[in-house]
Amino acid sequence: MKRSNEPIFWSLFGAGGMLAALIGPALVLITGIAVPLGILFPADTMSYAHMLAFAQSWIGKILLLAVIALFMWHAAHRIAILLHDFGVHAVTVVKVVCYGLAFAGTVIAAWTLLGL
Amino acid sequence: MTDTEKVIEIQVLRYRPEQETEPVLQSFKVPFTDDMSVLQGLQYIKDYLDGTVSFRWSCRMAICGSCGMMIDGKPKLSCKTFLREYYPAGLRIEALAHMPIERDLIVDAGDFITKLESIKPYIIPKEPRTLEQGEYLQTPQQRDMYEQFSSCINCMLCYAACPQYGLDKTFTGPGVLALMHRYNADSRDGASAERMDLGYAHEGFWGCTAVGYCSVVCPKGVDPANAINQNKMNSAINYFTRFVTPKGGTK
Ligand code: SF4
Ligand code: FES
Repeated sequence: MKRSNEPIFWSLFGAGGMLAALIGPALVLITGIAVPLGILFPADTMSYAHMLAFAQSWIGKILLLAVIALFMWHAAHRIAILLHDFGVHAVTVVKVVCYGLAFAGTVIAAWTLLGL
Repeated sequence: MTDTEKVIEIQVLRYRPEQETEPVLQSFKVPFTDDMSVLQGLQYIKDYLDGTVSFRWSCRMAICGSCGMMIDGKPKLSCKTFLREYYPAGLRIEALAHMPIERDLIVDAGDFITKLESIKPYIIPKEPRTLEQGEYLQTPQQRDMYEQFSSCINCMLCYAACPQYGLDKTFTGPGVLALMHRYNADSRDGASAERMDLGYAHEGFWGCTAVGYCSVVCPKGVDPANAINQNKMNSAINYFTRFVTPKGGTK
């Protein structure tokens, strides 16, 4: 039997899912609710200067890339298999589009972060 | 017994190949008591209303796995499901989804059986043993590794539940994959590498799209989705480490 290459996508999916479950809600709370409303954190937490400094540090670059890229791979895989279960049979097209977007997102994010 | 006054409408999907080209629903009015299973309802139909209605059953106690059918669209064991749950609305009984109908509620289980046989669902000892060596010893912890998966009664409800199996018959499917795990995880067994040739393939664990309905419908508390997920993890690790670790399938 031919060994499946699925582990590559599944691992990215799994890692993204794990990360999303662990920090996704916290990120939404902090960046979407707490900071804009000025509760829990100082109002300038997400100011341009602060965020730029964060994205210029190596640890910041790695964290941002991980969050952006892995979330995208997670979503891409979930959407691809969901479409399959819903009976969209153009498997190759679905995969190329979904994984292609995640790949493009990863490259753009990495490129941008490196350039900062 | 005033209880017998209650009457429920049972719609049964009929398919008599010599008589119709497509399955059709036939309605029966069945008197019932609160302790009657759906299977007993069908037996009433067969005994008193229409002797030609065909269905499989044997143990009527959820252990032989032969009475699976779609009851109001959900895969269930008819001996473990009660008519009272569907009163007064009535119920619709159809052959298990995703499998070819042979006659009425009887499906062709051939594909399932072939798949079951293909994973060698029996313990293959690591090395030959003599009688003098005595029995295999296993700790409770070692037994826990496979015990729940050994409860499978081959009822195929999970196959009727699995959208992936419905779409792609090359997929080995939940029950058989859970059984593959059951034998691989048994400390007495030594044939894991052989079985994982299929396990690592798209037809094996990777065909699963993580819907999880299999585990919901299983009448025996087997969790095929969990067996599959554990094996996706194992096979992903094996996929990335196969060139650096000496043992295991390296294809
Ligand atoms: S895993 Fe459960 S639902 Fe599937 S065949 Fe076995 S007993 Fe039936
Ligand atoms: S008749 Fe045996 S499981 Fe239902």
